[in-house]
Amino acid sequence: MKSTVFVAGIGAISAIGNNVAECLTALENEAAGIGDIHHLQTVHRNKLPVAEVKLTNEELALKAGLSSTISRTALLSMVAAKEALDDAAIENISSLRTGFISANSVGGMDKSEDFFAEFLANNTKGKLRNVVNHECGAVTELVSDKLGIKNYITTISTACSSSANAIFLAARLIKQNMLDVVVAGGTDALTKFTLNGFNTLMILDQQLCKPFDENRKGLNLGEGAGYVVLVSEKVAASLKKDVYCELSGYANANDAYHQTASSPEGTGSFLAMTGALEKSGLQPSDIDYINLHGTGTQNNDIAEGTAIKRLFADHYPKMSSTKSFTGHTLGACGGLEAVFSALAIKHSIIYPNLRLETPMVDLPFVPERKLVKNVPVKNVMSNSFGFGGNCSSLIFSKL
Amino acid sequence: MDKLINDLKVQIIAQLNLQIKPEDIGDDQPLFADGLGLDSIDALELIVLLQQHYKIKLSNAEDGPKVFKSVKTMADYITAHQPKV
Amino acid sequence: MKIYIRATGNISPQKTFGHQFLTESLEHTGDRLTCVEPDYKDIIDVKLIRRMSRIIKMGVASAIECLKESGVAIPDAITTGTAYGCLEDTGVFLTKMVEHNEELLTPTAFIQSTHNTIGAQIALMLQCHNYNNAFVHRGFSFESALLDGMMLLLEKEANNVLVGGIDEITNISHTILKRMGLYKREAISNLDLFTTNSKGTIAGEGAAFFLLTNQSSVNDYAVLDGIHTFYKPATIKETEQQILSFLSAQSINVGDIDLIITGRNGDSRNDEVYDQLQKSIFTTHRLINYKHLCGEYPTSTAFALWTAANIIKTASIPTAISNEISKNKLKKILIYNQYQNIHHSLLLLSAC
Repeated sequence: MKSTVFVAGIGAISAIGNNVAECLTALENEAAGIGDIHHLQTVHRNKLPVAEVKLTNEELALKAGLSSTISRTALLSMVAAKEALDDAAIENISSLRTGFISANSVGGMDKSEDFFAEFLANNTKGKLRNVVNHECGAVTELVSDKLGIKNYITTISTACSSSANAIFLAARLIKQNMLDVVVAGGTDALTKFTLNGFNTLMILDQQLCKPFDENRKGLNLGEGAGYVVLVSEKVAASLKKDVYCELSGYANANDAYHQTASSPEGTGSFLAMTGALEKSGLQPSDIDYINLHGTGTQNNDIAEGTAIKRLFADHYPKMSSTKSFTGHTLGACGGLEAVFSALAIKHSIIYPNLRLETPMVDLPFVPERKLVKNVPVKNVMSNSFGFGGNCSSLIFSKL
Repeated sequence: MDKLINDLKVQIIAQLNLQIKPEDIGDDQPLFADGLGLDSIDALELIVLLQQHYKIKLSNAEDGPKVFKSVKTMADYITAHQPKV
Repeated sequence: MKIYIRATGNISPQKTFGHQFLTESLEHTGDRLTCVEPDYKDIIDVKLIRRMSRIIKMGVASAIECLKESGVAIPDAITTGTAYGCLEDTGVFLTKMVEHNEELLTPTAFIQSTHNTIGAQIALMLQCHNYNNAFVHRGFSFESALLDGMMLLLEKEANNVLVGGIDEITNISHTILKRMGLYKREAISNLDLFTTNSKGTIAGEGAAFFLLTNQSSVNDYAVLDGIHTFYKPATIKETEQQILSFLSAQSINVGDIDLIITGRNGDSRNDEVYDQLQKSIFTTHRLINYKHLCGEYPTSTAFALWTAANIIKTASIPTAISNEISKNKLKKILIYNQYQNIHHSLLLLSAC
């Protein structure tokens, strides 16, 4: 018997809002959060636009109930995860088997890179407390400890598909009857490490990014966190509030083409989207909206677009990249975009793909350029494709 | 020019961690695809090499394939663009 | 459905590569056990090696060895666990970033530093488009990868899964961890690890891969009955309860276990848990250890799994592990590893 997994709560923090309501308002008002660097201390200030969360570490710490000396990645994670749990409002949660599956790309690197500068000069120097939570898993535990979750905790790091994989794993653990409730998603804070790393790949746009535009020049890095609370059928039935939607499909495939570039045919993307459809039992024509991975790089957008062309041939759903609002939040993007997918279903809206002036010549479809309201949004596909060829797609469906 | 070409070969081998000797790279041998088999990441590494050793900034990655076609084309480019002291 | 360990591959501080089962034990003095590595040029295409740092070579080589033994060319899924990730490349990129003040940086070290690189490189080499996941959760990294792989088999999403646990030591990481007080202050021999009653352990590293399948064959090592992890138990009673519940879920009790392998690491503070259990639920068993061979590192359970699987397959215990155990019956082995009473792992294996 096929069991179902539901989204009972959502939480988010990003450059466009410090909680779900603020993010939704920004999406509806076409208010992107990309601009100059304010918080990160880097030589690239005033040169590279990024999508920073508009709060200092001290402000985040207050919201999170954690110390401001810990990694910004953990602070962002706590804020969003707590919002999701509060939103789910599961009354008897302490008697349920609860898990926390998080994702991030570089753990507490924002603190480690500060440590490193002193350490390099003299290896007896540098505050150890800045590296004690360097590991990806340490950041997760700072949050799971605060939330009081311990039945199952783990961390996934598969580059840009990380938090999609976290959500996917959570669903499977519930279906296997190992857990009843799982908070799943991801987080990433901006760091010099990632900013410089992406800069060396020459895929950063020095202006605001233009996903799926013929003249796109690259991505803008962002930061944030996004979590969903997944519950079993039994738990869903006990809730007072309606659930948002069902996680009806998911798949993970590997492009196996190159370390950082996607294959021109978008093999990994195609396989992930196809697999998610198969899992959900849906046809391509059933998808009402695709939340694109759409980073704005030359390579991703053509690879993803080509895969969509192959799969959806003639039945192109509406689609858009919300990275035009939030930037590319790396380990958080799957989680953040899962939240946006759930909201799209709940509010029957489709977000615009900002700054798309010239549609891509090689693609027979164009993402939505304006917000679309009051349309049936029954099935949403959310794509997350990362370095190392790690490609994942999730499908959320209205009940 | 000969010295530049030889220096370049040594630098390329070091930068890209190639397990070959300078004599193994022909002056006109294609560096990418079938020749030496370098890829897009190597192209980025070569851009940094130009900057680091020769103070030349290749700001448009799309010029890469032309400039990095062979060691000889790289040497020509450097000679043409090297900032005058 | 049973899950079989069909094949293994292991690079460790002992001579384990090439399917050597601890015929001798290598002594390391100092606080750091480094791997005995093969000549990678014999195993990996030279053109690919140049892009691989040490940990990636270790992971890829042990994965290749495992796949060769299994006869599976392309696995249905690849899952990896690494707590620290690719430290060497992380260190290189950070160093250049600091030294050059964020200018003139090159991409290779950055790309290679991402935690999913090992699994991704394996997929790339094999042209494997199937499921691929990477776990980075401290002492649960390998266990998470193992559980993910086992679930895929149970869900019938895969018929075979390649699962690996990999971690490395670098000069930088070792200096930092040493400053945190994790290791012995004095230089000792790894073979004396359990007799020096002092604080601190010795650092280790390794890369071990397993091919798990739901179809039996004559060459299988063992059956992987189950896995369970638990986090920060409040009391020793809770630890005992978790262990007993796990065994009960496997329809056995402590008396049915022939051998218990523990993650005792020579740190008197860390090992208190094992001392207590030896006096309570494990009182009728002699506990044997493995970390004198591979050192302490977050994915060391992979080395323990490799050891247990080989013990069952050969129906023998090498003297490197212990010469004090009756070798009458070696059909059911429990692995219990815990680190600083935070991350506890249990694995149960049976003879096929």
